[in-house]
Amino acid sequence: MDDHILEMRGITKTFPGVKALEDVNLAVRRGEIHAICGENGAGKSTLMKVLSGVYPAGSYDGEIVYDGQPVRFSGIRDSEHVGIVIIHQELALVPYLSIAENIFLGSERRGRFGLIDWNKANAEAARLLAEVGLEENPVTPVGQLGVGKQQLVEIAKALSKDVRLLILDEPTAALNDTDSAHLLDLMRRLRDRGITCIMISHKLGEITAVSDNVTVIRDGKTVETLSLHAGEVTQERIIRGMVGRDLESYYPERESHPGEEVLRVEDWTVWHPTQDRKVVDGANFTVRAGEVVGIAGLMGAGRTELAMSIFGRAYGRNITGRMFVHGKEVRPRNVAEAIDAGIAYATEDRKHYGLNLIEDIRRNVSAAALSKLSSKGFVNGNEEIKVAEGYRKSMNVRAPSVASVVGKLSGGNQQKVVLSKWLYTDPEVLILDEPTRGIDVGAKYEIYTIINRLVAAGKAVLVISSELPELLGICDRVYTLSAGRITGEVPVGQATQENLMELMTKEKELAA
Amino acid sequence: MTRTVPPSSEPEAQSSTAPKDVAPAVALHTGTSDVRALLTSNLRQSGIYIAFVAIIALFTVLTDGTLLSPGNVTNIVLQYSYILILAIGMVIVIIAGHIDLSVGSVVALTGAVSAVLVIRQGMPWWAGVLAAVATGLAIGAWQGFWVAYVGIPAFIVTLAGMLLFRGLTLQVLDNISLSPFPQEYSRIASGFLNGLLGGNGYDAFTLLIGGIAVAGYAVSNWRTRTARIRYEQPVESFPLFVAKIVLVGAVVMAFAWQLAHARGLPIVLIILAVLIITYGIITTRTVFGRQVYAIGGNLAAATLSGVKVRAVNFWIFVNMGFLAAVAGVVFSSRSNGAQPSAGNMFELDAIAAAFIGGAAVTGGVGTVVGAMVGGLIMAVMSNGMQLMGVDQSIQSVVKGLVLLLAVAFDVYNKRRAGASR
Repeated sequence: MDDHILEMRGITKTFPGVKALEDVNLAVRRGEIHAICGENGAGKSTLMKVLSGVYPAGSYDGEIVYDGQPVRFSGIRDSEHVGIVIIHQELALVPYLSIAENIFLGSERRGRFGLIDWNKANAEAARLLAEVGLEENPVTPVGQLGVGKQQLVEIAKALSKDVRLLILDEPTAALNDTDSAHLLDLMRRLRDRGITCIMISHKLGEITAVSDNVTVIRDGKTVETLSLHAGEVTQERIIRGMVGRDLESYYPERESHPGEEVLRVEDWTVWHPTQDRKVVDGANFTVRAGEVVGIAGLMGAGRTELAMSIFGRAYGRNITGRMFVHGKEVRPRNVAEAIDAGIAYATEDRKHYGLNLIEDIRRNVSAAALSKLSSKGFVNGNEEIKVAEGYRKSMNVRAPSVASVVGKLSGGNQQKVVLSKWLYTDPEVLILDEPTRGIDVGAKYEIYTIINRLVAAGKAVLVISSELPELLGICDRVYTLSAGRITGEVPVGQATQENLMELMTKEKELAA
Repeated sequence: MTRTVPPSSEPEAQSSTAPKDVAPAVALHTGTSDVRALLTSNLRQSGIYIAFVAIIALFTVLTDGTLLSPGNVTNIVLQYSYILILAIGMVIVIIAGHIDLSVGSVVALTGAVSAVLVIRQGMPWWAGVLAAVATGLAIGAWQGFWVAYVGIPAFIVTLAGMLLFRGLTLQVLDNISLSPFPQEYSRIASGFLNGLLGGNGYDAFTLLIGGIAVAGYAVSNWRTRTARIRYEQPVESFPLFVAKIVLVGAVVMAFAWQLAHARGLPIVLIILAVLIITYGIITTRTVFGRQVYAIGGNLAAATLSGVKVRAVNFWIFVNMGFLAAVAGVVFSSRSNGAQPSAGNMFELDAIAAAFIGGAAVTGGVGTVVGAMVGGLIMAVMSNGMQLMGVDQSIQSVVKGLVLLLAVAFDVYNKRRAGASR
């Protein structure tokens, strides 16, 4: 019989209106590296939050058995107490504190009179750093380290807590190849010391390189657990598990008549605003009139960064490359110039970047094109109401009037307000970043209908989406993006979820 | 290609299951003649007017009517005009999500520059005014540069400015007070327009101006109303419309009546009225005003909508410098000289006025008219307590509590609005 350190049985977790996890089972053997993979939004992170007590016992159904004992964690401290430590994708280090201070934050080594014994703490930190293979002075502020080294500090911190089950959420997402290889190496060494690791990852190359078993989650349910020992499980096999569902959604019909080229982007390279790495690397793509073009990529592939850097350099630095609208080169230096050049970008995060939630529909719709409503700096408020009212009707925004505050609308209706705002700027190219994220099925269909109406009117639409069925359902062509590089261009007739996912996970060979 | 069936669930059917969302629709479209609906839908704004009326009533009773006597009404206007002028600029700064702690020092410095030119150098009064305004604009540009283009929080920039400009005031004045101004200069804050049309025991000119103001208010409201009807927008019912005009007209004429029976129309009131109307229009009707609200409401969304955030922030502070200079001129004129400690704590009164008037600490919310009412609430309370002979220390305690309660009321309202989502 297998010696399981952890068994999660029949875990079901519901949020208001959504079933995030449904009867999920996960069994992790003592001393293995167990990978969990699945598409964005499949429920991986939710599952780990259930395990670590972020969602306390009672807020979910099902049973967690740890080390042979049923456990009920009411908070992250409980799970850490028994040796379960989770390292999140966004590192939780305080940049101004030293490595040692960060390692012992929350579990300070107290000496006499309850004061912290820094000599002891620094010495212990040095020992932990040696274990993870990080050659840094423990008094160095963490902010001076690169992301890869910060990741190692996080692991040292976990070791300081006598970790027995280490959970890493997308550990290599922000790392370059050398740092990734180093990290994977460390995971193997930890395993040999008897520490069990759970790794959440999109990168199938890494998963097949280091893990013993992989559990595939799809739409909040466990699909299967595959053993990688036999060596017969290929990346293709895992991909089939990740996407193997029917196109259960529905997409309005559209006849596609692509016209002339509207947007062309050449050799587009964007650097991360603060870190020393390329987020977008030499991207080339085109969008034609009356065409819906998709960009598929996993989280961290640089989709949003690509779109925002095109939109008046709203993201990144050292942006190089050329872009053409209707064959004419444009160089927008800020958002206002991008709007003038006929580009519109509807953000993936409408609450933070798309809408003024405390204002009404009217003022949100007019926000990006006030110049069309004003003369000599004075806004024609009545014309504004008329315009907003027109969009409220044509977009079917369900709100009592255009004076309704946007923050009180449902997600789908908020998204329609965002679309109205950008349509009113009368763009040539409309970039839609996750246009249906967080909205219900009925509203999704309406958004697709709106997109079809736009391309029928000769607009060019670029859709970024994590949902492959959505891209297959509404696009004419799909580009795949992986680690900032465009790895493929597939006409929708030849595209399948499997071949797209393969291109999306294509990466440089790892030095494993 | 996989393009299949439309959705089985009719979208409209979903929304009908949420009657809660439909109810306000009815209220907004047909309830415009319902006074109670109007009041409750604008509780945040109307609350402040109700409080204002209540405070006036309270102190009128407590002072046996002295508060509303002709002489005292004039006094309130003269005494608090410069705070109100500062509050106009301050509310715009606060709507954009900033703060300005330096305005008291700027009032002192601009007044000092003016006093040095007019009193010490013997230049004409208008040269002093122009120099003060130029100084204010330069200070605004300086602070706007640091806030908008360098990206230092306004709290820090203006805290530094508070020290900086106070120090420069001492330098300019050589640490001594300068006085008195020539008569033309001191007329700015303490002069009156009266006797131009005669009148028996009252000033007919003041009443005429009051009448013109009411007529102007009525005409502009009528034009707004007809424009809204032309655009098929909901308007309040005609009797309510008339009632509103009559009520405002009565208040303005009563106010003018009191002034006419005292010393006539204060010049500073004309300055103030022009500023309030101008800035009321700027904040509600212009692209610039919209962009100020957009920046304060959601900075990231405003940036991604093409608002040139830096330029807007810069001009907000230039404008604040300008209004602080106007307040500096009015204050130096009223105190008939320049003192090194002039304008001390004015920034706090101006900030309090904006917040009592409904501006939100988080930005994006606030009105010029609200800030004026907030300032007048503070003015009436101070004045009323002075008339009653309340100790200065108690006055300070009361004003502090009123500020706290006003913002607490605002926070409570917002939370309740959030809960009803």
